[in-house]
Amino acid sequence: MEEKRYERLGMDLFHGRLDNGLHVFVDKRPGYGKQFAFFATRYGGLDMRFKTERGWQDTPAGVAHFLEHKLFDTKDGNALQLMAANGADPNAFTSFGITGYFFQCTQGFEENLRTLLSFVSEPWFTPESVAKEQGIIGQEIAMGDDEAETEVFYDLLKCLYAHHPIRTHIAGTQASIAQITDQTLYTCHGAFYNPGNMVLTVVGDVDPQRVMDLAGEVVVGAGKGSPERDYGPAEPDGAVERETSRSMEVSAPLFQMGFKLPAPDRGQDRLRAQLLGDLAGDLLVGEASPLYNRLYGQGLVNRAFSCGYEDYPGCAFLALGGESRDPRAVRDAVLEECRRVAEEGFEPERFARCKKAAYGGMVSQLNSFENTAVELAQSYFDGVEYLTFPEVFQSITARDVQDFVARYLTAERHALAMITPKEAA
Amino acid sequence: MEFKREQLAPGVFLTAIGTTKFKSATLSATFLTPLERKKAAVNAIVPYILRRGCGSWPTMEAVSTRLDELYGGVLESAVRKKGESQCLGLIGSFLDDAYTLDGERVLEPAAELLCQVLLEPAVEEGVFREEYVAGERENLLLAIRAQMNDKRQYAMARLVREMCGDEPYGVDRLGDEADAAAITARSAWRAYQDLLAHGVLELHYCGSAPVERVRAALEPLVERLAPLRGETAKLDCQVRENRAGQEPRTVVDHLDVTQGKLCLGFRTKGACIWREDYPALLVFTALYGGTATSKLFMNVREKLSLCYYASASTDSLKGICAVSSGVEFDRMDQAQSEILAQLEAVKAGDFTEQELQSAKQAVVNVYKSVPDSRSQLEQFCLTAAVSGVWEETPQETVRRVEGVTAQQVAAIAQGMELDTVYRLMGMEG
Repeated sequence: MEEKRYERLGMDLFHGRLDNGLHVFVDKRPGYGKQFAFFATRYGGLDMRFKTERGWQDTPAGVAHFLEHKLFDTKDGNALQLMAANGADPNAFTSFGITGYFFQCTQGFEENLRTLLSFVSEPWFTPESVAKEQGIIGQEIAMGDDEAETEVFYDLLKCLYAHHPIRTHIAGTQASIAQITDQTLYTCHGAFYNPGNMVLTVVGDVDPQRVMDLAGEVVVGAGKGSPERDYGPAEPDGAVERETSRSMEVSAPLFQMGFKLPAPDRGQDRLRAQLLGDLAGDLLVGEASPLYNRLYGQGLVNRAFSCGYEDYPGCAFLALGGESRDPRAVRDAVLEECRRVAEEGFEPERFARCKKAAYGGMVSQLNSFENTAVELAQSYFDGVEYLTFPEVFQSITARDVQDFVARYLTAERHALAMITPKEAA
Repeated sequence: MEFKREQLAPGVFLTAIGTTKFKSATLSATFLTPLERKKAAVNAIVPYILRRGCGSWPTMEAVSTRLDELYGGVLESAVRKKGESQCLGLIGSFLDDAYTLDGERVLEPAAELLCQVLLEPAVEEGVFREEYVAGERENLLLAIRAQMNDKRQYAMARLVREMCGDEPYGVDRLGDEADAAAITARSAWRAYQDLLAHGVLELHYCGSAPVERVRAALEPLVERLAPLRGETAKLDCQVRENRAGQEPRTVVDHLDVTQGKLCLGFRTKGACIWREDYPALLVFTALYGGTATSKLFMNVREKLSLCYYASASTDSLKGICAVSSGVEFDRMDQAQSEILAQLEAVKAGDFTEQELQSAKQAVVNVYKSVPDSRSQLEQFCLTAAVSGVWEETPQETVRRVEGVTAQQVAAIAQGMELDTVYRLMGMEG
């Protein structure tokens, strides 16, 4: 394995690659009692149409997430229970772009790692177990229908995008998951769960070479690389709908405002785009920004307000939102501030301070094992060397952020989604 | 890892944890005071008003700007409930000196900022600034109303309110809407003065600086606070062994929701953090509904597909165990019978050695992980401060949990008495 020292962050990262294409990263942290392992595939809610050796496959919404649930089933039982019984705290998640399986433990690390690597690599589905899962996931979807914060976010995505699959709920719908069979799951597992489309990241006081050897022993499948995917025709630059609003059982209006951004390419530029997008958000509406403080003083936003840059395969956007008695007033103020900044730029002092804060914030996030493991995996898939962020930060100028605001944070590219309380009967 | 704990003034304590493990340090100040129905809301607003501005940094923007200068430091108002104590604090997180770009020191300026925010609020006419009070009163009202947005938490909060309606524990950490609406600059100021004079003040540090440096950095704060101190409030938590009524109560609410929520509240017959059987209570909770191998997860969710989640949690300060689940409306009765049937199984000792071992390992894992997380360490110390049980370090809990027997777990289960059932249903018709 190769070892790389990131002096400024005080981190040692080990990296190796198995012959079948599986990349392994170990962030060795002496002095910690817990270990964290994350095994992920580049396959998420977006990947509904893809190419295999048998041609293009169209699959229902929600398969990646369904597969995540079902993979825990093994021929002899259930891997979740097996790891839990061995003292680990296991779980998994499906996002738009990836599916990840992980555990945290303080004992039995190697045994748990072996279990993690093997259950993800060896599927075991039956028609009966698929039918049973339709009940559990159906309940999960029903629960999600009541979560207004998630709903308003999807409403925004539907305004921003014409046909990109990001419009679709990751978990699918009751109707879409009803179409899933054990055969669908085998097809998708075969396409995406091959070592060439996966990564293993580990954080903790472990022996990196042991991790590498163990992965070599357990992950023996042939690497086929990453399947070609289809996210639909090119998107227009602008948002497709300006505004949407509906009612739910909430106490105060919720909103998400978004700006549609160009889809990022794989590679180091992607990290730069992420840092730049987040920095623009901090400068415009971060806690220390004049606009946020003015809106807060007027009672138009509160501490639930947040802003962030997000990117997924084939799309990227800046989203900001929270609660507000008047979301349209917030929207108007944000657009006005974008116009002003596009012309006047940022004060150099405020820019420098904001960059320093963003740097400190990112270093602090490395305290979290889970966050670090997920970022390392995600950046590997994105073709990014994550731990170079201090240097990339240095290369971003106030002018870069001003240009970003002028080009992309425009009225044409924005949309607003709102969820209002139900009128009392 | 060692907790260094000392008293700096009457009712003012510092707990310092020295470690170079983390890239950032925690520095927090939390007032502890008995939870009281009429005072909860007006106390809850105080940390939020304080965060709006202070002496050298009189606006929220100025405080946030100062935090940005300190490498994106964070200073968050926090209102928490631990047993029957209300915890009102400001929790700071700052980059550790080792990671600043030019060897700057962050601890001292961070302590200075904390001191000013705590002791030099923006004042007009001898009380808090009206503008800040009005804004934070509105935010507090919104936050209280927003509790219904997350139906899972909301259902649990409703259970606690119904079950402990006549106990301080039944008071929400943020207080009631009506009391929040009645807050004035004067009443908030009085609550603040009460906290300064009578609240227990817990100062907490976790980071690379030695305790001497931390104490020195906090000295100005302690010196200015000492003359304001009166008699320190006594913290208590009444553990009620059994339910008040003859029969368990059932409470039903209707809201326009897609999925129902079912919550069951039990009294533990006195099992709690102060008792010998505390480790068995932890293991019982894990075995019954705390893990992916638990009775509730395996049977109610996995075997019967009755719900997406079904889990148990225990408040060991109060001696209450609660089961929380999300269920379809027409399967509520079936889910409730199954949840109770699983409790009967644990009572009868109907669980395997394997189930017991995994439950113990799950608890051990939680406590062994505490020293690896700053926020968990802070919470652990806060619980110790409220309970007074400092000898129960995470390592000590691990040792005691490992010795728990099947009989002890069954004995805990046998003590469980169903007190209140809460059901959140959809609209009829």
